[in-house]
Amino acid sequence: MKKLESTFLNMVLSLVIISVVAAGALAGVYLLTKANIEAQKKAKQEAAKMAVIAGHEDGTAVEAVVDGFGGQFRIMVGFDAEGNILGYEVLEHQETPGLGSHMTHWFKNADKPNQNIIGRKAGSLTVSKDGGDVDAITAATISSRAFLKAINQAYADFHGVEAHTGASQLNKEEAEEDVIIIEAYGEADRTNAMSKETEVNHE
Amino acid sequence: MSNGLKTLMNGILKENPTFVLVLGMCPTLATTTSAINGMSMGLATMFVLICSNVVISLLKNLIPDKVRIPAFIVVIATFVTLVQLLMQAYLPAIYDVLGLFIPLIVVNCIVLGRAEAFAAKNSVGLSALDGIGMGLGFTLALTLLGAVRELLGTGSCFGLPVFPENYGALVFVLAPGAFIALAYLMVIINKLQKK
Amino acid sequence: MVYFLIFISAIFVNNIVLSQFLGICPFLGVSKKIDTAMGMSAAVIFVLTLATVVTYLLQMLLIKWGLEFLQTILFILIIAALVQMIEIILKKISPALYQALGVFLPLITTNCCILGVAILVANGTEKLPMGAEHGMLTGTLFAFATAVGFGLALVLFAGIREQLSMNKVPEAMKGTPIALLTAGLLAMAFMGFSGVV
Repeated sequence: MKKLESTFLNMVLSLVIISVVAAGALAGVYLLTKANIEAQKKAKQEAAKMAVIAGHEDGTAVEAVVDGFGGQFRIMVGFDAEGNILGYEVLEHQETPGLGSHMTHWFKNADKPNQNIIGRKAGSLTVSKDGGDVDAITAATISSRAFLKAINQAYADFHGVEAHTGASQLNKEEAEEDVIIIEAYGEADRTNAMSKETEVNHE
Repeated sequence: MSNGLKTLMNGILKENPTFVLVLGMCPTLATTTSAINGMSMGLATMFVLICSNVVISLLKNLIPDKVRIPAFIVVIATFVTLVQLLMQAYLPAIYDVLGLFIPLIVVNCIVLGRAEAFAAKNSVGLSALDGIGMGLGFTLALTLLGAVRELLGTGSCFGLPVFPENYGALVFVLAPGAFIALAYLMVIINKLQKK
Repeated sequence: MVYFLIFISAIFVNNIVLSQFLGICPFLGVSKKIDTAMGMSAAVIFVLTLATVVTYLLQMLLIKWGLEFLQTILFILIIAALVQMIEIILKKISPALYQALGVFLPLITTNCCILGVAILVANGTEKLPMGAEHGMLTGTLFAFATAVGFGLALVLFAGIREQLSMNKVPEAMKGTPIALLTAGLLAMAFMGFSGVV
C-alpha cells in the first residue's frame, strides 16, 4: 500500500480516527477494570483492618495521617476496648528507604520490648530521646516521633469515638492546634465498628 | 531469520538503551531501589514498547508524515494507560511502588525513539522483534542496576538476604547511590567492550 | 511563610532532578555549557508553570466528566500543543527571546519533569511542606519552585562540567559515567538539606 499524502484532509482524518479508536479502547478497558480496581483498594483497606485488630472482635481500627520526614504518611492502628494497641499497619509512606521506612516493622518487634508498642496503652507515647520509653528507629528520630504522634492521634480519635463526644468537635480542637486532622474511617464505618463493639459487650 | 535474530540482539547488546544509548534515565535511576522494582519497571516498559512498535508499524502507511509524531504519541499514551489500568487492577502492590513512573513511560525517549527510528520504517514482524530486544535490553539493565543497589545497600538480592543488612551502605538505596552505581556499571561495561 | 517553605522544599529538599529523578535526560544532555543550561532552565520554568496551570484546570473537567483514565493521553497532548503554541507566539512577539529559548522548546515535550509535575499536581500528590493546603495556588507555586530547582541543579551541574572538561579523565569514565558520578556527588550534597522543611 502506498503511503498517505500529507494533505489537510488526510492529516485530520487519520488523527481523529486514531484518537477515537484509542479513547474507545481505553474506555472499554476502564469499564472492565473499574470494578476490580475498586475491589483491590477495598481489599487492601480490609486486610489492613483485619491485621491491626488481630482477631479481636471488639477491636476498633483507626486511621491517622501525620507529616513524617519525607512527606505525609498514613497508618492504621487497632485498639481493644481499653485502648491498648493491638497492632498497626503503615498504609502509605515516603520515609527514607532503609531508615524511616523501618517503621513498618520496628515498633512491633516482640523480641525488643523497648521498641515494641503492641499491648501498650497509647495516648502519650514518646521516644526515649524526648523522655519517653519507646526506642526510636536508629538514625530516624524524626520519623519515629512522627510515627508515635500518629499513634497518639489515632488514640485520641478512638477515645473521642468511645466517649461519644463526636469526632467533629475533636477535629476542630485539633485544627486549632495546627496538627493534621485524623482521618478515621468514614462515619459509616466508624459506627459499624462501634455497633459491633457494643453488641459484643452486651453479650 | 538471521535478520530477525540480529534485530533482537541489537537491543540487548549493541544498542542497549541504558548502557549504550543512555535513554530513559529517569525510570532507570528512580525505580531501581531493588532488583524486583527495576525488573517490574523494565517489563512494563517492554510491554508498551512491543505494542506500540507493532501498532505503529501496522499503521505506518495510514499516517501522513506531517502528523506522525502526535499520532505516535497517541498510540503510545494509549498503551501506557492500558498498563496503568491493568496494573492497578491486577498488580496494585507493584503499581504503588512504581507510581508516577508508569504514566511517565509516555515520555520515555526509548519508546518514541524506536517508533520513529524503527517501527515507522520496518515490517510488523521485525518491529515486534525490535520491541522485544530493546525491551529486554532495558529490563536487563534495570534489573542489574536494581540488584547491585539492593545488594550493596541492604545486603539482599531479589529480597533474599546475602549478608546482614547492617553491613550494607544505605547510600546505594538513596538518590546519590543511583547515580554512582550506574556510573560504575557503565565504566565496567565500557572496559569489557574495549577488550 | 508556607509559600516560602514551598520554595525551600521544592528547590533544595526535594530537588526534582537530584532527589526525585525527573528530567534527567536534559540534565545530562544540555549541561556541557552554562549558557545553554541557563537557556534550558528558563524555558523549563516558563513551560512547566504554564503547563501545570492548564493541566490542573483540565483535570477538574476530567473529574467532573468521570474521564480520569484519559489523563495521561490528554496531558501529553496538551503539553505538546502548548509547547508548539509558545514557540509560535514567541517567534511573533519576541524574536530575541525566541532566539534564546527556541532551540530548547522542542526538547521540552519529552522532558519528563513537565508531565511528571503536571500529574503530581493534578492528582494532589506533590510533596508540600507541613501546613500547605493542596490547591491551584500552591500547585502553581510548587510547579514554579520545582522548575527553579531544576534550573539550579542544571546550572550548578553545567558549572562543574565546564571545569571538569579541562581535567584528565580515565578513558573508560569519559562522557556519561563521569557526568553521572558528578551528579551523584551533587545529589549527596543536596541530601544535606533533607529534614530542613
